[in-house]
Amino acid sequence: MPHIQPPSAHEIIESPEFKKLVSKRWSVSLILTLIMLAVYIGFLLVVAFSKESLAAKISPNLTWAIPIGLGLILFAWVLTGIYVYWANNNYDEAVQELKNKVLNS
Amino acid sequence: MPLPTLLLQAAPTTSTLGTANPVSILMFFLFVAVTMYITYWAAKKTKTGSEFYAAGRNISGFQNGLALAGDYMSAASFLGIAGMVATKGYDGLIYSIGFLVGWPLIMFLIAEPLRNLGKYTFADVVAYRLKQRPIRIVSSVGSLLTIAFYLIAQMVGAGGLIQTLFGLPYEVAVVVVGIVMTAYVLFGGMLATTWVQIIKAVLLLSGATVLVILSLAKFGFSPANLFSSVTQQYGDAMLAPGGFISNPWDALSLGLALMLGTAGLPHILMRFYTVPDAKAARKSVFVATGFIGYFYLLTFLIGFAAMALVGKPVIEGIDKGGNMAALLLAEQTGGTAFLGFIAAVAFATILAVVAGLTLSGASSISHDLYVHVVKHGVSDEKGEMKVAKRATIALGVLSILLGLVFKGQNVAFMVGLAFSIAASANFPALLMSIVWKRFTTQGAVWSIATGAVLSLVLIVLSPTIWVDILHNEEAIFPLKNPALVSMSSAFFVGIVVSLLQPEKSAALKFESEKLRTYLGIGAE
Repeated sequence: MPHIQPPSAHEIIESPEFKKLVSKRWSVSLILTLIMLAVYIGFLLVVAFSKESLAAKISPNLTWAIPIGLGLILFAWVLTGIYVYWANNNYDEAVQELKNKVLNS
Repeated sequence: MPLPTLLLQAAPTTSTLGTANPVSILMFFLFVAVTMYITYWAAKKTKTGSEFYAAGRNISGFQNGLALAGDYMSAASFLGIAGMVATKGYDGLIYSIGFLVGWPLIMFLIAEPLRNLGKYTFADVVAYRLKQRPIRIVSSVGSLLTIAFYLIAQMVGAGGLIQTLFGLPYEVAVVVVGIVMTAYVLFGGMLATTWVQIIKAVLLLSGATVLVILSLAKFGFSPANLFSSVTQQYGDAMLAPGGFISNPWDALSLGLALMLGTAGLPHILMRFYTVPDAKAARKSVFVATGFIGYFYLLTFLIGFAAMALVGKPVIEGIDKGGNMAALLLAEQTGGTAFLGFIAAVAFATILAVVAGLTLSGASSISHDLYVHVVKHGVSDEKGEMKVAKRATIALGVLSILLGLVFKGQNVAFMVGLAFSIAASANFPALLMSIVWKRFTTQGAVWSIATGAVLSLVLIVLSPTIWVDILHNEEAIFPLKNPALVSMSSAFFVGIVVSLLQPEKSAALKFESEKLRTYLGIGAE
């Protein structure tokens, strides 16, 4: 790891590209976090206040509770997939560009 | 759909549980032999600190994903959740959903900054721009408390489980588990522990898959037939939420503990240092979440199949909590040999989980306490490794002793308590240190202390201990899990203390820390 020159590191941190990268990363993270929290807490609230709606039948041997519960597990996994897809296709490239700038300065 | 009447009634089982099963003994010895060979191989590659604590950071994202899943899928979640579904129906699924939804949050908030900023423990990240000694002391208390309660629950569960499974005396079982897992960690460090986790995860996932296939075969491979058999025997209520959530505040508090506690478990966080970079850390969470989610789907089906095929009365007759449901189902669908296989997998599961816990405890003692508190951050690698190995032995002995002391005690609440401390003491400080510029040393210390102390005090005053264990009439604190109050207070105290007493040097360092957090420049 080459030694990082303080001024150039400082320039990078103050650069609009870096600031954009950090704010983009946290907006994606926070949106996904809020979606996960809202869906999960929403599910708990339905369980607490409206058990009947989950007990309603789709077919004689299937209640809404089952696909919704299993769907939540799938949903959590898909959310992690969305983040990985976004990061691999957008974030990493921007990180690499900025990293080269710092290391080459 | 009409079903053959044969399937509508639970067949009475005469179980061979509790007697020495040759297949399970053979399988268990095979598992120990293979993992000991791996430990021997790993020992030759484990010389430096980064090899002992982090497997030389050479584990791939996929491998680490499997190992994370291995760390998380304890015998308690395999047998416990299947048992909960088998006795209470749908409510078991609500519980497992809580355990799963923390994983996406680990990915969005913690995994990459943690990997870039830290070295061996999560305290590395909290202490990065704050004063080392106070932070290391309180974070290691948070870590060790979490690990201790988790470990006690696992050891007591292990002793009881092995006694029921193999007919081995409780004390012998606890001692065997303690010695084998200490050997993994002591000689093979993180490399051996990781491979033990991977093997165990593969065994557990494939064993549970086979169990589901064998069970569904009895229903013409139709889950609808399985659910129909359940409702005909036990009523429609089994397929919908029941009494698990009666008080919404209770549900929210437990939900937060499970969700955010996952992001504060030291043995899980430590795994992110075993991969080469942040990208691999990210991938490993995706892989882990997929496997854990699939595992909970399996335990859900196993629970219902056990309820339909073995029958609730039989399951509850052997163990009130239903913990033997999966094993009874294995015996009924695949015979004694398959029961032996699943029993050995459950044993292997316990070994792997306690090994992971012990390694993270030892690293907290040697890396956080010895190096940064006793030696003020200056220690040669040899000295640190020596302390790490001694800490491993001490924790091995301690876990055996705790397992013996708590024999026969009701320790089920300890897992919930471990998650509450992780969510209240570890998670808030970790998150604030990553994202908040004005976070200070005092803020972190008071936040961690508040989270840990409130978790401990409130759980004693809660219905969980005050009523269920101490047999008082009414609880002083109303919620069964304290996380809602203890975690919010930890955030609140951390913010207020930081704002009241700004720490200029910490705020200044935050900017340069960003290069490492987001670009990985200077990451170990």
